[in-house]
Amino acid sequence: MRFEYFQMVDRIVALDVEGCLIRSVCNVPPQSTIFEGHFPNYPLMPGVLLVECMAQTTGWLVMARSRFTAMPFLIGVREAKFRTAVFPGDELEFEGRVIHEGSGFTVGACKGQRQGKAVCEAQITYRVMPFPSPEFRHSIVQWAEQIDVPVKEFIR
Amino acid sequence: MSATFDKVADIIAETCDIPRENIKPESHAINDLEIDSLDFLDIAFAIDKTFGIKLPLEQWTQEVNDGKATTDQYFVLNNLSEQIDKLIAAKGA
Repeated sequence: MRFEYFQMVDRIVALDVEGCLIRSVCNVPPQSTIFEGHFPNYPLMPGVLLVECMAQTTGWLVMARSRFTAMPFLIGVREAKFRTAVFPGDELEFEGRVIHEGSGFTVGACKGQRQGKAVCEAQITYRVMPFPSPEFRHSIVQWAEQIDVPVKEFIR
Repeated sequence: MSATFDKVADIIAETCDIPRENIKPESHAINDLEIDSLDFLDIAFAIDKTFGIKLPLEQWTQEVNDGKATTDQYFVLNNLSEQIDKLIAAKGA
């Protein structure tokens, strides 16, 4: 994770576009100014950032399913649960699924684990729209490649 | 009242916390029930799941923006229910 860039996913370790499934690894940094405030002398990964991990993980799947022609924008989170505390240095694994593709929107579900034990889960809704500019799309594709999304398989 | 309208009204009541008795066939989802676009996506999700269809919201929006259709055609609940029935029929065809 690079909190300062809001890039939560370190790498994509599985992507099954047809099967609507993605898995990511997100390493919580051992140190961050965020932990100085959340909380002093008791650093905890904020739950809202776990939501972002889930949104980004499943968002990469949504983009891959569109063959990187459309960008998912987070518009809704339901049933978010945080089952245990997450600490600096923890390695988290997320598994995201697309559960419905509507007209201009997609609903996904994601859950996070640490060493096989449930950490968090949520249902996430995205507004899915064409990239606002070619430059933006290019930046996103570059970012995807950095985290091992096999972009070239999806771009024709 | 059609069975489709009844299901749609139930979905709207539950999704948007609107009293069921206030939701009528002639109600306009946006103008009368004041459902915004974000809440309407939740309704669309529930309708898609319930009826096994995909409401073509983007197409409808484009038609309205282009002046080829009015919002009444798609967002008055009687009309919305008819559109749903057509989509169900097309799926089975």
